Amino acid sequence: MLQQHGALMVLALLVIVGSVAFDSFATAGNAASVVVSSSFLAIIAIGMTFVIISGGIDLSVGSLFVLGGVLAAYGSQYGLLVALALPLGACGVVGLLQGLVIARTGMAPFIVTLAGLLGVRGLMLAISGEGATTYLVKNPAFASLGQGELLGLTYPVYITAALALVAMVLLQRTGFGQNVYAIGGNEQAAALMGVPVARTKVTVYVMSALLAGLAGALNAARLSSGVTILGIGLELDAIAAVVIGGTLLTGGAGGITGTVAGVLLLGVIQSLINQVGNLTSAFQQVVSGAFLALVVVAQRLLSKAQRLS
Amino acid sequence: MRRTELAAVLEAKGISKRFPGVLALDGVHLALLPGEVHALVGENGAGKSTLIKVFTGVYHPDGGELRHHGAPAAFGTPLDAQRAGISTIYQEVNLVPMMSVARNLLLGREPRGRFGVIDATKMYAEAARVLSGYGVETDVRRPLRTLGIGAQQMVALARAVAVDARVVIMDEPTSSLEPREVETLFGVIRRLRDEGIAVMYVSHRLDELYQVCDRVTVLRDGRVAHTGPLAGLDRLKLISLMLGRELNEVKADGLTRFSRDRHRAADGQGPPAVEARGLTRRHVLDGIDVSVRPGEVVGLGGLLGAGRTETAKAIVGAMPLDGGQVLVAGLPLRGGSTTAAIRAGVSLLPEDRKAEGIVPTLSVRENIALAALPALARAGVVSDAKIDRMVEIFMRRLRIKAASPNQLVSELSGGNQQKVLLARWLAVRPKVLLLDEPTRGIDVGAKAEVQALIDELAEEGLGVLLISSDLEELVEGADRILVLREGAVVGELTGDEVTEERIMATIADDRAHLDGDDRGAVR
Repeated sequence: MLQQHGALMVLALLVIVGSVAFDSFATAGNAASVVVSSSFLAIIAIGMTFVIISGGIDLSVGSLFVLGGVLAAYGSQYGLLVALALPLGACGVVGLLQGLVIARTGMAPFIVTLAGLLGVRGLMLAISGEGATTYLVKNPAFASLGQGELLGLTYPVYITAALALVAMVLLQRTGFGQNVYAIGGNEQAAALMGVPVARTKVTVYVMSALLAGLAGALNAARLSSGVTILGIGLELDAIAAVVIGGTLLTGGAGGITGTVAGVLLLGVIQSLINQVGNLTSAFQQVVSGAFLALVVVAQRLLSKAQRLS
Repeated sequence: MRRTELAAVLEAKGISKRFPGVLALDGVHLALLPGEVHALVGENGAGKSTLIKVFTGVYHPDGGELRHHGAPAAFGTPLDAQRAGISTIYQEVNLVPMMSVARNLLLGREPRGRFGVIDATKMYAEAARVLSGYGVETDVRRPLRTLGIGAQQMVALARAVAVDARVVIMDEPTSSLEPREVETLFGVIRRLRDEGIAVMYVSHRLDELYQVCDRVTVLRDGRVAHTGPLAGLDRLKLISLMLGRELNEVKADGLTRFSRDRHRAADGQGPPAVEARGLTRRHVLDGIDVSVRPGEVVGLGGLLGAGRTETAKAIVGAMPLDGGQVLVAGLPLRGGSTTAAIRAGVSLLPEDRKAEGIVPTLSVRENIALAALPALARAGVVSDAKIDRMVEIFMRRLRIKAASPNQLVSELSGGNQQKVLLARWLAVRPKVLLLDEPTRGIDVGAKAEVQALIDELAEEGLGVLLISSDLEELVEGADRILVLREGAVVGELTGDEVTEERIMATIADDRAHLDGDDRGAVR
């Protein structure tokens, strides 16, 4: 209970505290800005949730996010379809390769996706001439995907919400989702119970890569260009959000609700620190880091208490 | 013989399987007929597990042929075997502890609602309905790990049977069940047999084989030593086939290896080596008093869940208590600290070897030395030579069969793993050893050796608290038996009272007494 909804409860608490302390915090504008800026991280964290529940980790998503952005901006000169298909295709292939290596050879996901992180970043730099070439988004239809607004929120917020809903159903209510939990909970038992372990793992890494690429593409649409310097360390933010959301880093337990709460929590912390004014945004990382440590300790104590009872 | 005319549903024809350095299976023939319960017996290391894994697609045979409904078959994965109607229940529960009971039971065949999405309500109802047929009444939404091991085993069984199996393979299914659950299991097995399903039953408990099995195949050193009807096969003859020893040898040794004599200290009134007073924990233990004198073997009897394991854990400080204290040689022990208990000379050999005992990634040598390291160290540094000597002594004395002290402990058979654990605790020179199911799931030969060892240790003055679900073992091993029920001591049997009948009667008395009482009230 506490594990599942801890992040949600802390989130509510922080929002209340923030509203009382700062007049400018509880405004529609500020809320919208938190939600909008969180949406890209949320898309990546949704994919990461599947990976972590399956007992793995995906360090390549930050690089894939940037690659997706650059390819989307490049592809946008050929139309909306290419602007989406190019980043998704490329990222999907990277995810497929990583997934196959992890599932078939049994190599540690940490190492495989670390290689992916480095390799993809190199690939991105090569495409963009060491970052010298910035591709601008020329297609208005594609740009509106990232910039268009409905009821004061940009489209990516709605896309994120839809993806979160689909992910929730996928995780809780389909055989695939059950297989992900089973593999993370006890891989050997899952195999003996007839779960297609390799296929499920590959799917999970492909999903994670696709979502990272999509987030990158949407971000490029929002900024009207494929920025090459964003996204460094983004994989760690995603992992932090997932863990703060109550998903066990060892796999087997967790959920999308917690992840979304974790992402929002990181966003609210940043917003609160901005409200304080005289603190730099670097301080946000200190607070987020401290919070992450707190959550991990709490998880440990909780599972210990459960074992002993 | 009408049965042999039936076509085998699953058949091994000259199956061989080689591992580095070992020929695990050597030309094994075995035919499973529909509607029979086929016992597969043999010592650990005889090849039973390997054969099961060949049948279920985990291993691929190096030679010979697997035939399924008369046609050659090759199962690439456990999933292939399952799809072909071959289900397996493993000795150690192979389910996912963190997932709910219902999801474990129905994983892969959850009831679907609209859009092919899992219908949770239907799933929980279905799971509860199926499990009640196996005597498991529980909230199926709870995580599986919150159930007792026995109930978990029932979930595994229900799962295996529910997938339209034509062959059900059971590997030591009763090793964690209490007698009532065993009866339920046998009911299920007979039902399966009557439905024409072939059941392969692997167990070390001979009583059970004679109760439910029609035919038996004995494996020894990877070869079939005997196959035929079980009825009419003398029990001692069966053991001699398994061990490859002569009948009269087996006869002379008896069925368990405990000496019939009570231990010297048993009748003495010396001060106890360890004494627990009023151990209490809400809903678990209710004022337990236990004492063990040096050289005495005290048995703890009672049903699964009566508080036997919890008592042992409480004594070594592995479970938080609401009240009570433990005295070692008259001095109170600091509660909640296993380190303090070990230092005072009280060690526990836990029930669940896999989860609480061995460290699978370490070698035999390291596993044995683990607990003794602090005692062996001088200024925090441990001499390798000292460890080598100690490990060598224990490996020889306990007859641990390993290629070398540096072999990974996970590669040993269950019996040898248990001996490694015994060695670990003996290495710290305890005054009292608490043994929780020391012979569960290990083969006849190793079992006898462990039992003989317990005897020997008690003779040398070690106090032993013995927990066992095997009544024969309890009666022959213990000098004195405390019977527990719902976390309280409800009877003490000494001298001539130590019999299987008296233990059962004591448990039953309380049952009868309870009938008049409010059964739901747990103190």
